[in-house]
Amino acid sequence: MLDKSPSRPDQIPNRAGVGYKAQHLDGILKDPETIGWLEIHAENYMGDGGRPIAQLKHLSEVFPISCHGVGLSIGAEGPLDQDHLARLKHLVDWLEPGLFSEHLAWSTHDSHFLNDLLPLPYTMTNAARVAEHVDQVQGVLGRKMLLENPSTYVTFAESDMAETDFLKEVASRTGCGLLLDVNNVFVTATNQNFAPNDYIDAFPLDLVGEIHLGGHEEDADDTGATLLIDSHSREVVDPVWALYEYTLARSGPRPTLIEWDNDIPEWGVLAEEARQADVILARQDARVIA
Amino acid sequence: MSKTVKSLAVASAVAAALTAHANTATAGSKVKCYGVALAGENGCAAGPGTSCAGTSTVDYQGNAWTLVEADACETAELPAMDNGSARMGSLEPLERDIPS
Amino acid sequence: MSVGQAEFASALLDPKQATPAGLIDPEGHPAGKRFDVYRNNVVFSLLDAMETAFPVVHKLVGAEFFRAMAGFFVRKHPPKTPLLMFYGEDFPEFLAGFKPAQKLGYLPDVARLELARRTSYHAADCTAISPDTLGKISPATLMQTHFSLAPAMHLLSSQYPIASIWEFNMIDSAAKPIPGDQTVLITRPKLDLDMQVISPATGTFLQSLQSGHCLSGAHDAATHTEPDFDLTAAISLLLAHELIVKTG
Repeated sequence: MLDKSPSRPDQIPNRAGVGYKAQHLDGILKDPETIGWLEIHAENYMGDGGRPIAQLKHLSEVFPISCHGVGLSIGAEGPLDQDHLARLKHLVDWLEPGLFSEHLAWSTHDSHFLNDLLPLPYTMTNAARVAEHVDQVQGVLGRKMLLENPSTYVTFAESDMAETDFLKEVASRTGCGLLLDVNNVFVTATNQNFAPNDYIDAFPLDLVGEIHLGGHEEDADDTGATLLIDSHSREVVDPVWALYEYTLARSGPRPTLIEWDNDIPEWGVLAEEARQADVILARQDARVIA
Repeated sequence: MSKTVKSLAVASAVAAALTAHANTATAGSKVKCYGVALAGENGCAAGPGTSCAGTSTVDYQGNAWTLVEADACETAELPAMDNGSARMGSLEPLERDIPS
Repeated sequence: MSVGQAEFASALLDPKQATPAGLIDPEGHPAGKRFDVYRNNVVFSLLDAMETAFPVVHKLVGAEFFRAMAGFFVRKHPPKTPLLMFYGEDFPEFLAGFKPAQKLGYLPDVARLELARRTSYHAADCTAISPDTLGKISPATLMQTHFSLAPAMHLLSSQYPIASIWEFNMIDSAAKPIPGDQTVLITRPKLDLDMQVISPATGTFLQSLQSGHCLSGAHDAATHTEPDFDLTAAISLLLAHELIVKTG
């Protein structure tokens, strides 16, 4: 177990961070001031040892680290995988990340891990079940978590709540915070045919502990309607930057992550995205001070 | 070999190894972590939407597989393995088009 | 109409199944292609995971063949845990039974080698004993000494030259494999993998120590495999690769 040195950074600042990719290690360490913090995918550090964990230990001495789970399947109909929760606890215990977040989605069914963030119908019954799962996670980890709004591609005929109301319900039952993925808002709003700004207006922004930004791709459904895919494979598009600024104007500055998981670019390209988020964050800071 | 003789033989082998070890700097050449460092990373992004990976079906018995059968025949030209029971396949990358 | 996760999951992995009826677009039309996005995400991401996990198998059969073959595999054997770094443990068995690839007899063992390398890469860290510790054990005790070996150590033996096949496909300067069996030792002193071909008797020796036999027992097993077994070389190997974690 790692002894946490007193000088180790832990609080996630209201700055831009990036999703950590091993390909970028040299670039990140060469100029650590470029970013305020790093986010890791929890599952990639659940091996027993070796280079990934050694790297993370080193990075955690330099940067505040946020831990983002992608496999807990909090939205599952079945019970949470206790083995996986134990692995997560082990990681969170030694890493002591500044933030821990997971998704409003499911990925495991019948002990098969489907490796995607799958949607669930928004009903009061499901909100109660998700809240139970969030309670369990927070209980085991002994800390508050953030729950992230998903990108969705289909609608459930049985849904009878707005996504924002569903998240509010889970948060009020559990005391959890929320991770607002602004790109997911844009993707889902386009796919579900509502105005993204209305979603932000309805979102409980005081509960937001972190913001995500990322790139998406454009496709079309059977009727020819635009279908956006949350691919994290390119730059953040202008309407998403605009929605981000709209959000910050209402929420105040928040730690903001640039996610890039497919077609991973040179470090400089990602660093430039982070810089752009920092510029917008600084504008918000200036507004707050003024 | 008596138990004592054997134990002495083992002890001297260990002693010889220790001496050799003291005079060697490091282990042999390192094969870097090719093929493992970035294998199986978890992510939270979607795959490209235009891909048909999830909906395409390939017939198990279909034509798509015949080329590999052909490759296998080709490789049968290579010498038999030492024990004569198995044959080596071609180890060149088989980057050929498979008709689908 | 309600869509359960069992129905959703089963339709995801089987493209012949209809899209669950309770899934729609915002206008109320059947979801159709929208559901296929999830189908694609699941299969595509697992195919990608397989491709990065088995680069040599991928190269040996070619990209298209690999994707098609892995397409069967990921639907038949979806991951059992969210840890994708360990995904594919059933792949060697699958390859052994996969008819179109059957004549490439070495494929399952090459896949086992790739799995072992990955497992070793993520294995627990450990500190090897100082060689002095070994020097201090009396000759009489030495024979009965048990060694705990590094958790990252893996042994494989194959009737095919799997280490040479691996190197030939991953390292530009590597020599063309020569037919013949190989016993392969994978170690990870510190953080980097090391892979080397060892004699079958050395393999027997290490295997025997790893499964809990004392030095004398492992030595006997090795000399049984090969009367000329070189114990000094084998101990040197243990020391050079920092494989002895504990003696007792």
